[in-house]
Amino acid sequence: MNAPTYDNLFPHRHLLGIVDLSAGEIGFLLDISDSYVDLNRGADKKQTKLRGRTVINLFFENSTRTRTSFELAGKRLSADVINMSVATSSIKKGETMVDTSMTLNAMHPDVLVVRHPDSGAVKLLSEKINGAVINAGDGSHEHPTQALLDALTVRRRCGRIQGLIVAICGDVLHSRVARSNIYLLNKMGARVRLVAPPTLLPTAVDRLGVEVFHDMRTGLVDCDIVMMLRLQTERMRGTFVPSTREYFHFFGLDSEKLAVAKPNVLVMHPGPMNRGVEIDSVLADDITHSAILDQVELGVAVRMACLDVLTDNLRANVANEES
Amino acid sequence: MNSAKTSTKGSRLALTNARLLDPSNKLDQPGALLIENRRIADFGPRLFNEGVPEEILVVDCEGHCLAPGLVDIRAHLREPGAEHKENLRTASHAAAAGGITSIVCMPNTDPVIDQIALIEFIARRARETSTVKIYPAAAITKNLDGEELTEIGLLLEAGAVAFSDADRAVANSLVMRRALAYACTFDALIMQHPEEPSLSKGVMNDGELATRLGLLGIPVVAETIIVERDIRLVELTGARYHVSHLSTGDAAQVVRSAKERGLPVTSAVAAHHFALNENAVADYRTFAKVSPPLRGEDDRLAMVSALAEGTIDVIVSDHAPHDQDSKRVPFAQAANGIIGLETMFPLALELYHNEQIELLDLLAKMTINPAKLVGLEAGELKVGAAADLTLFDVYAPWRIEVESLRSKSRNAPYDGRPVQGRVLKTWVNGRIAFDISTEG
Repeated sequence: MNAPTYDNLFPHRHLLGIVDLSAGEIGFLLDISDSYVDLNRGADKKQTKLRGRTVINLFFENSTRTRTSFELAGKRLSADVINMSVATSSIKKGETMVDTSMTLNAMHPDVLVVRHPDSGAVKLLSEKINGAVINAGDGSHEHPTQALLDALTVRRRCGRIQGLIVAICGDVLHSRVARSNIYLLNKMGARVRLVAPPTLLPTAVDRLGVEVFHDMRTGLVDCDIVMMLRLQTERMRGTFVPSTREYFHFFGLDSEKLAVAKPNVLVMHPGPMNRGVEIDSVLADDITHSAILDQVELGVAVRMACLDVLTDNLRANVANEES
Repeated sequence: MNSAKTSTKGSRLALTNARLLDPSNKLDQPGALLIENRRIADFGPRLFNEGVPEEILVVDCEGHCLAPGLVDIRAHLREPGAEHKENLRTASHAAAAGGITSIVCMPNTDPVIDQIALIEFIARRARETSTVKIYPAAAITKNLDGEELTEIGLLLEAGAVAFSDADRAVANSLVMRRALAYACTFDALIMQHPEEPSLSKGVMNDGELATRLGLLGIPVVAETIIVERDIRLVELTGARYHVSHLSTGDAAQVVRSAKERGLPVTSAVAAHHFALNENAVADYRTFAKVSPPLRGEDDRLAMVSALAEGTIDVIVSDHAPHDQDSKRVPFAQAANGIIGLETMFPLALELYHNEQIELLDLLAKMTINPAKLVGLEAGELKVGAAADLTLFDVYAPWRIEVESLRSKSRNAPYDGRPVQGRVLKTWVNGRIAFDISTEG
């Protein structure tokens, strides 16, 4: 078995949320991620660090992009990766979750990558697991690897995170991406703004260290980064937002609204995009501003880093127990 | 309503060397009490000053507090329908250990207590299995659906002591108006669960913590709106209206102003709403998930002061047992409820030990006040009254161990909590229902 290489610089068994991490630990994960970017761009994309390890992607909620990203990350490190999609019936799904996790734990996976529609569900599940658990999104709570890949994108494009003005726009209320990014950007010294109608902002969100705006024309002034959030189709009609048309008119990102930001502003989106709802189609494809495909690319590197570091910790624990 | 299978006629029991406490008589002095024929035959400071006659059995109270047995007018006892969570027998053991001798049980059982047969069922099961007295509250609306009124008059005659839709609010203003108006005919008490349903789809208190946890919040106004509305309807109808359990300072303020206007409005608070705040659910602890939700610290303190100044008349356990399967799930899916029969009294005594409320005032909210509200002959020391009594050491320090609680369920967020004040013995109809020396 490989010896541990990171000397427990990341002293966490699981990756459940950004809120648990220090700026140093975030920087450390981003540094490791950087080292995997080149590997992913080479012709031979395989490394053996996780040979013999088992990674299970356990998804209680549909996802193609995140699951594929984790699957590639595991396979490029030579882990055995298994995907499990658990259909969640609306009743009794909680029982299924705890039972499923205990069943899987009995098969000794090294890492479980878990997504669940309920906030806090991944933490509950992690209490039943002997290996490492990575939160791949739980309800409206956290999505730590998305925030890490966003940070890596920003760091590589702007050279730093410290001091940047970042506007997060759209459905913050339901967004785990927004929460993880708010924590991460604050810890790394950025200035965070939220731009959204009050119906899409959670209560007392200003207590999370952000400035709140209800108008894109003021919220985007002098921004270095604009992060757009996805607005779920079912929320476009009804009590959150009256119509798609009205939402795009006031809160959709187009070049006119973006004009008040810094000239070299970077536009990001966690995907999948609703073109013409939260972002103008032309803008989404504008490579001078849009970092959306960078995010997807760097996502694999970030997830490789997370798998690497957490299994390294497991190795360290085994080494400690043996000595 | 309760058991007395073998005749104890003629048997007499003297409780000596006690600190007699009775809020209804403002009594707090050393003395003794005589039980005869299952009733209080005499009590006072001079009783047995000359010694106890030999033929009378004696219990030396060793200076501890002897008070009327507590009356808890809001508990979910789960029988019939969910006996795997609790039944009347297990609930009665927990109650007796918590100093409670009379319980009003909520109608949200399966089937719902909305007809005479169910009232009679509860009475029979209580008689057969319970060691304390159990009185049913009947539903206000059939099947708790909030639409059609139950047979309020007939249910009262059958033995219902109050009306409540348990953990649901009567949301429709017209239905509530009619319930209140109709209840006036019989001077029935309408108890409202104070949550406006369309604003209460969340799972915890609305605010910064809910935002951080990514959980949908229930705002304070959900409670204020329904209490405000109901009080307007009380003005219109003149009915007796009781807020089942307040959780917010704003709603307490609404109740306070209604009382100042002389309206027949009363209110209660559940022990967890003055013993805990919303931080108890941080880390997604489902054992602290209740309805209405635990609120912020300001609201918790508002509950304490509303108790002290008398806006809140009654303390309830809101005992709501749930099995592991209902709580070992993601927070949003978890059932609401905390067990409380055994912990209500020690948690309430914290307010006395913290010098936030006088001992007799505190006891009144768990004895005479709730008894009067639902029309029970209980909750006071009175010659001729049933000998429902509790003996407690008001100073004894101990730690709540959830595993050793007597309820069939274990959903309490108090494990390891240090408290002061412990029930030593409980008598129901002059018979011992709990004795710490034999089962503590």
